[in-house]
Amino acid sequence: MSIHDEKYAKRIEATFAKYPDKRSAVMPLLYIAQEEYGWVSPEGIEEVAQYCDMDPTQVKSIAGFYTMYSEQPKGKYWLQVCNDLPCALRGADEFHKQLKEYLNVEEGGTTADGMFTVEHVMCLAACDKAPMLQCNFHFVENLDMEKMKAQIEQWRAEAKAEKK
Amino acid sequence: MHILLRGRDISDIYKFDVYTANGGYEGLKKAVSMKPSEVIDLVKASNLRGRGGAGFSAGMKWSFIPQSEPIKYVAVNADESEAGTFKDREILETNPHQLIEGAMICAWAIQATAVYIYLRGEFWDVAHALDERIAEARKAGFVGDNVLGSGWNCNVYTHLGAGAYICGEESALLESLEGKLGQPRVRPPFPAQKGGGLYKEATVVNNVETLTNAPWILVNGPDEYKKIGTEQSSGNKIFCVSGHVNKPGNYELPLGTTFRELLYTHAGGIANGKQIKGILPSGGSGPIMRVNGNDDPILDTKLSYEDMAKAGTILGSASIIVMDETVDMVWVASKAIKFFKHESCGKCTPCREGTFWLDKVVDRILSGKGQESDVDLINNIAKNMSGVTLCALGDFAANPIIHTIKNFPEDFKAHVEKKEVAAEKAAPAKAAPAPRRGKEAAAQAGD
Ligand SMILES: Cc1cc2nc3c(=O)[nH]c(=O)nc-3n(C[C@H](O)[C@H](O)[C@H](O)COP(=O)(O)O)c2cc1C
Ligand code: SF4
Ligand code: FES
Repeated sequence: MSIHDEKYAKRIEATFAKYPDKRSAVMPLLYIAQEEYGWVSPEGIEEVAQYCDMDPTQVKSIAGFYTMYSEQPKGKYWLQVCNDLPCALRGADEFHKQLKEYLNVEEGGTTADGMFTVEHVMCLAACDKAPMLQCNFHFVENLDMEKMKAQIEQWRAEAKAEKK
Repeated sequence: MHILLRGRDISDIYKFDVYTANGGYEGLKKAVSMKPSEVIDLVKASNLRGRGGAGFSAGMKWSFIPQSEPIKYVAVNADESEAGTFKDREILETNPHQLIEGAMICAWAIQATAVYIYLRGEFWDVAHALDERIAEARKAGFVGDNVLGSGWNCNVYTHLGAGAYICGEESALLESLEGKLGQPRVRPPFPAQKGGGLYKEATVVNNVETLTNAPWILVNGPDEYKKIGTEQSSGNKIFCVSGHVNKPGNYELPLGTTFRELLYTHAGGIANGKQIKGILPSGGSGPIMRVNGNDDPILDTKLSYEDMAKAGTILGSASIIVMDETVDMVWVASKAIKFFKHESCGKCTPCREGTFWLDKVVDRILSGKGQESDVDLINNIAKNMSGVTLCALGDFAANPIIHTIKNFPEDFKAHVEKKEVAAEKAAPAKAAPAPRRGKEAAAQAGD
């Protein structure tokens, strides 16, 4: 496992070509590290630091500053429910609560089977489509628990199919 | 008439061929046939004002860039993270070429070396689609080397943030783009000055919606543009309507449209036959308005920069959050302060500590354990935060407290007197506090 893997070479090269300064590549590369390891692991931080000519502690502080870098392993499906004011006016708090109950997880927790992590986030610029959430950086909008249950079943089926 | 949300009229205008078949890139062609300084004068004359919140003249901002500098940049602000704001996303998804064209017009006007579009990390899918649109424009000669045979080279790149509201503040955006913590810079130097912009070079930072106006202005001229809107607020504006209306969504209308027209003619009226109690006109950060039901004349206020200022609030990003009579304003204050506590970058003490204490005491009041003196306490904390911080987030955080107390004293009173409060049931379920990542990281890193 490493971001030095051949499959990332082109993307990394294109990233460095965008900026006059190597350091600017730290955020895009942290995304690649997260893709490779499932979270920004110490190995990932070390590799990004080498690429960008930075100190690993600096890279770590960047990863810590931004909420989309995960500093610990997350479930296969990382569900970030928006419960900011506009969504909450349209039932997002109740939806968030019911989702946690349905999956039997605490805020920020991961289901025992490692499938789902549920946490709340601030406004995702989709307030007219509340309740909504972000799953592994893709938006799922206009939800209610009925639709959510069907979606969860679909994700479970997808994961099962992948295993085979 | 849509100038910005043209995807509403021509559904596949996001495609390069469809965009060019409908007048696309004519504005850029016109700009490149003119001297850069003439383009700046034209945009200045149009009275186009920044749509990111502050409403500053776009042409004026471009004119601050020292022409003699060899390296200059345009940074497009697509961070769109203010609660209730979802307009830039629709532009980026449905009319992306017009933004690219607008950014290139700005780039020509200041003779920029490159354009960086900074998108909030959550616009992951949007950014990847935008990369393809940029590649199409490059292939056709509108972006990249020797733009339209002019001998001028200028590339356009996307850059994804990673979940930090503060990166929408222009100097924090530039820090983040440089691969640093997204914390605002001490100014001066300002971004438009040498030493203050991206990689220390002079830089224009403009919002997505602002730049998306530029092609239309180039093609139709400043006088036509000024015919739309009011005296001091020219053009159309996208109003993001959320909360208790029947049809939440984006509505592109002339500046100066009244709340009543926006909410009733366009947004389908107030949901469930209820009465309006309050409106946040600029997302979570602007002063809240008190509305005494649906017949309140305040709904005849025009949505323009000058009329909103007269009404004691701001137009800002025009993210209109509508709240009906069931909403408890202490709960609203609590939601707002939680947002700013989470998003404070931690660089200055009044903001970092202030948001922490405000959240704590507002929660105490909300849970019915507060005293009358707590209301004075939060009012004082908020007032002491105002105007003393490095960036405007400190003021944004103070606003919801100061203005909910001022405009809805009875809601606070009811909580401290432990009376039944409307919509108590809507109060947020007790959740574990979100980790204060920004602050911890900032304290550790110190760079
Ligand atoms: C805390 C904070 C957050 C901001 N967030 C945004 C944002 O998400 N998008 C935006 O365009 N401007 C945002 N701004 C305003 C920018 O600093 C800047 O004024 C704007 O991008 C300038 O563009 P304009 O003149 O075209 O409006 C924010 C400002 C502050 C203080
Ligand atoms: S006011 Fe708040 S967000 Fe702005 S620089 Fe200071 S601590 Fe950071
Ligand atoms: S409040 Fe949830 S997307 Fe804006």
